[in-house]
Amino acid sequence: MNVDVIEDERQHQFVLNMGPQHPSTHGVLRVLLKMEGEYVLDPQPVLGYVHRCHEKIGEYKPARAFMPNTARMDYLGALIYNQGYAMLLERAAGIEVPRRAEYIRVITSELNRIQSHLLWYGAYLLDLGAFTPIMYAFDDREHILDTLEDICGSRLTYCYCRVGGVCKDIDDKFIERTRAFIERLRGRLPMYEKLVNGNIIVQKRMKSVGNYTPELCARYGVTGPLLRAAGVEYDLRKAEPYSVYSEFDFEVPTEQQGDAWAAFNVRYREIEQSLRIVEQALDKLPEGEVMEAKVPKKLRLPQGDYNCSVEAPRGELSYYLVSDGSDIPYRIKVRTPSYSNLSVVPEVCKGMMIADVVTSMGALDLVIPEIDR
Amino acid sequence: MKAYFTELFTGAWSLIVGLTVTLKALFSPVVTVQYPRQKIDVTPNYRGHIDLIKDPETGTHRCITCGMCMRDCPSDCIYLEGEKQEGVKGKVLTLYTLDYTKCSHCGACVEVCPTQALDYCDDYEVAGFAREDFHYDLLKRVEERE
Amino acid sequence: MQTLNSYAPEIIRIVMAVVGGAVVVFGNALVMGYMERKLAGHFQRRTGPMEVGFHGLLQLVIDGIKLMSKQLVIPAKADKPLFMLAPIISFAPVFLPLLVIPFSDRIQGFDLDVGLLFVLAIASINVLAVLVAGWASNNKYSMFGAFRAVAQNVAYEIPMLLSLLAIVFMTNTFSLRGIVEAQTVWFIVLQPVAFIIYLICMVAETNRAPFDLAEAESELTAGFHTEYSGMSFSLFMMAEYTNMFIVSCIATVFFLGGTSGIPLPYFEYTGIIWFLLKVYLFMFFLVWIRWTYPRTRFDQLMNLCWKYLLPISLVNLLITVVVVKL
Repeated sequence: MNVDVIEDERQHQFVLNMGPQHPSTHGVLRVLLKMEGEYVLDPQPVLGYVHRCHEKIGEYKPARAFMPNTARMDYLGALIYNQGYAMLLERAAGIEVPRRAEYIRVITSELNRIQSHLLWYGAYLLDLGAFTPIMYAFDDREHILDTLEDICGSRLTYCYCRVGGVCKDIDDKFIERTRAFIERLRGRLPMYEKLVNGNIIVQKRMKSVGNYTPELCARYGVTGPLLRAAGVEYDLRKAEPYSVYSEFDFEVPTEQQGDAWAAFNVRYREIEQSLRIVEQALDKLPEGEVMEAKVPKKLRLPQGDYNCSVEAPRGELSYYLVSDGSDIPYRIKVRTPSYSNLSVVPEVCKGMMIADVVTSMGALDLVIPEIDR
Repeated sequence: MKAYFTELFTGAWSLIVGLTVTLKALFSPVVTVQYPRQKIDVTPNYRGHIDLIKDPETGTHRCITCGMCMRDCPSDCIYLEGEKQEGVKGKVLTLYTLDYTKCSHCGACVEVCPTQALDYCDDYEVAGFAREDFHYDLLKRVEERE
Repeated sequence: MQTLNSYAPEIIRIVMAVVGGAVVVFGNALVMGYMERKLAGHFQRRTGPMEVGFHGLLQLVIDGIKLMSKQLVIPAKADKPLFMLAPIISFAPVFLPLLVIPFSDRIQGFDLDVGLLFVLAIASINVLAVLVAGWASNNKYSMFGAFRAVAQNVAYEIPMLLSLLAIVFMTNTFSLRGIVEAQTVWFIVLQPVAFIIYLICMVAETNRAPFDLAEAESELTAGFHTEYSGMSFSLFMMAEYTNMFIVSCIATVFFLGGTSGIPLPYFEYTGIIWFLLKVYLFMFFLVWIRWTYPRTRFDQLMNLCWKYLLPISLVNLLITVVVVKL
């Protein structure tokens, strides 16, 4: 019997559909992987599964009514998203924020950043197959959530910032709990280092996975810890200090290798830096009002376009608002870091094994609702 | 050859160090609570859905039916109605509904209220089988409350 | 008549061995299922199962009922006969190695001359079941899991056997009973390198974390048993737990002196207490490392085997042979 043998490379290539329901895509992201054996030839992310038209919603409501939506984009960095949007409107309307409010924003934002990094830390190791670190990280994270809940009223999607300040002043109990938490987390970090960072399996899994160069990051607009892992010392808190960040002494952790291990270390060291910022802010906390009294009920933004960027846990977050002079914005555009960070996947993950794709996607620290908005 | 053995021994040592961490955790007290049986107190600042406050002096709510909350709500989840009644100054509240499925806990209504008639309640165990379960009639809730 | 009489005790022995094997298989699955969940909980500073029975003791019973009452879903494009056969291939042979394991001086099904080879031969059937399951599911993730399992098990059987062979050279027997009796000093003292190699291979052979690449759930959703549900899934689970039990038994026999321990009354029977204690020590170790380490990558797993375990076990074997024969 004669069988026609078709010599075609497509014969031994196949497409693996990772997601939208997959344990390591952290949400409804879908990645189409063209594979040959265990090797990925062409990974293509497919977006849009949680698109909720946040930007469009912003065009139908008064500008300050968009505030709750910002928290829903990145539910892990909600306070930082709130802060960015509040700063945008303050910049547009020319409102001065009391210093105490700025300090409180910084304290809560940095706690929020630590919380986000702790969750990423656990979830990333879950991607690598270690179940236990996420439980320890959640244990610590729970203390931040409790502290923030006490002041903001919610655990995740805080709507704490207002145009002209914050909605509630912090009390002595909050300061005490935050200080206790700083103490606690500093005591816990050596435990994490013993369990995870020093572990040979973790290091072997992460080292030389992914190759982020400053040039590649610039081409795709990669920001945040990934850019710093590639050796570029770019952190908006230092590069163009907003709010009161210029008053604090902290470092921007950078690594040179540009792989998953570097990104891991940058994020891990950022936790310590954020703790330092919170500590200094608590020490310097000025007295006074937390809300500017002269904020008009109906916030009319002068005609023009406004931009405001802040450093979110995952990278640079930008709000861009075009106003036609009424109280409803003409257009709101949000530049979210995860979207740009994800766009490097097809280039970086080409030729990797499937396990490494999981590792390098975990290093991106993706929050899917932020990508789709 | 030296690197081979160095890696072998440092690697093995790092694994043993990891084991000690989890072993220590095994003999540490648990940090979780058995939720439906044990409960942690909710902070008084918790932002649940809104409720009309019962004024201890008058024994009723303080709403003057101005409709500020309805206008300021970003998600249009509040609806209220009032009517003129004989012998009473201003309007009297006849209907106050909250569509909790749309609410995003932003607190705009509570902050805008001129008479501080609204506050967050601390119900956190809200679950239901139908959307209508979350269409609250706040006027009824305030009358039923002690 | 006479022949029947002479065979009668043998038949009773067989029946008792089979019943005993079944008790061990199911009992071990219950104990391990509970132990793993409880230990996992406490390693993570949770409580683990608490609701059903005192501290969740009946949780596994309830789980069993749930699994048995679940519908067996067969994917539309699966190879139906093979799909149904795979869990059976996986589960059926796990009874057999139990027959030759010397639980105590008197509690042993048969003492085969080639006991070790028998156990290893039967244990490797499990790989076939995984391969069949992965192939028949007609799912790419399952197939990945199956291929990984085959490569992994084939590779790790070599250093495993080499490390055990070092002991066989010292005792001159494959019989498990003979090996237990030959241990005046536990072989863990005489053969520490072989012990460590066996320990690593043991984890890899049972497909447990950190070498659980066949079911790596963050990469392959659930690996070879992605499509299995209900009882067919639980057969795989029971086979996994019994395989863990068997490799732990081998470790006990070869390195911890089998039943040896502080003498108890009726030691030819009560030795089983020491034996099981040592076996569950190994099982505890398996659970412990599962809840501590992340998963290795596939090429690293293979590197570990071919670059480290295989040469070291060969050197170990060579040294043993030289020392024994001198």
